Amino acid sequence: MSASTELTSAEIWIVIIGLGLATYLIRFSFLGLMGGRAPSPFVEKLLRYVPAAVLPALIAPMVAIDRETGGVAAPEQIIAACVAVGVGVLSRNVLATIAAGMGTLWALTALGL
Amino acid sequence: MSGSSRGFWDGVVASLPVMLAVGPFGMIFGVIATEAGLNLLETMAMTTIVIAGASQLAALQLMTDNAPVALAILTGAVVNLRMAMYSAAIASQWRGAPLWARAFAAYFLHDQSFALSMRRYAEQPAEPQPGKIAFFFGVGVTTVIVWVGASYVGALAGSMAPPEWRLDFAVPVTFIAAVAPLLRSAPQLAAAMTAIVASLVLAPLPFNLGLIVASALGIAAGATLETIMARRAAA
Repeated sequence: MSASTELTSAEIWIVIIGLGLATYLIRFSFLGLMGGRAPSPFVEKLLRYVPAAVLPALIAPMVAIDRETGGVAAPEQIIAACVAVGVGVLSRNVLATIAAGMGTLWALTALGL
Repeated sequence: MSGSSRGFWDGVVASLPVMLAVGPFGMIFGVIATEAGLNLLETMAMTTIVIAGASQLAALQLMTDNAPVALAILTGAVVNLRMAMYSAAIASQWRGAPLWARAFAAYFLHDQSFALSMRRYAEQPAEPQPGKIAFFFGVGVTTVIVWVGASYVGALAGSMAPPEWRLDFAVPVTFIAAVAPLLRSAPQLAAAMTAIVASLVLAPLPFNLGLIVASALGIAAGATLETIMARRAAA
């Protein structure tokens, strides 16, 4: 994410307010808008898989695709991400996972691999 | 001490270990937002109004891609859809709570307040409702203070971080830390693997549209496998 945005200040504020409002309404959904009604079993089932689907769909291109060329990203980035996934699944510890991912990237870069 | 003031302070104390993760994540957001070209006021407005790091970073990425603003908002909202699940779970514990409490609670509903409150409600089901609600706010208020403060520190430090620190890579690594603990059942793993493959195949689509399609496919894969496994178990 090295590039700067070319959005105007007004556009940046639209994103801030729009995303803030959308997020608030998602949070308020069942607490308020639905009058305390529980979601249907079908909706509940879909919602159960939102984090495990959305976050990997966000992560994978960030890690594996070079944003300048559109080709495959540097291997140290992909290896570091795999190490982080392994540590995260086994330890379930947020800080250990971040440390493993960043540490692997720094080590591989320093070694010039 | 009244039940609700004890509940609140219990929430503050329970949230302190979790803040070890919230703090660095907030600083990463501040750094990345500054690098993306947001000024201090815009960075602080975004982090205070949205209070959802992963969606803030996803929206920032689209802003640096110069995508249409509607798509930046939509993508950030998709990342936050999981909070509808949190909203339903908390609402089921707060039957009959006044509307003002539920309206405030929506602002303080984060990964941390959801997870810690649900654990507390499971461990102390007999706690009266005011105490339950106060515990939730204890966690939520602490999270907001740490999150906003850490974002501020990150925004101030942002322009000073040398590029070889690769703080850009902290973004996917932080997301990995959030999602990895979930990947322990076959349907959750199926959702993740489907989403990964689809997001890579669809990556050439403009403006991260692949994210939305890949998310939908991943959710469908997880839910379908769950249905199949439930049928097998019943048969």
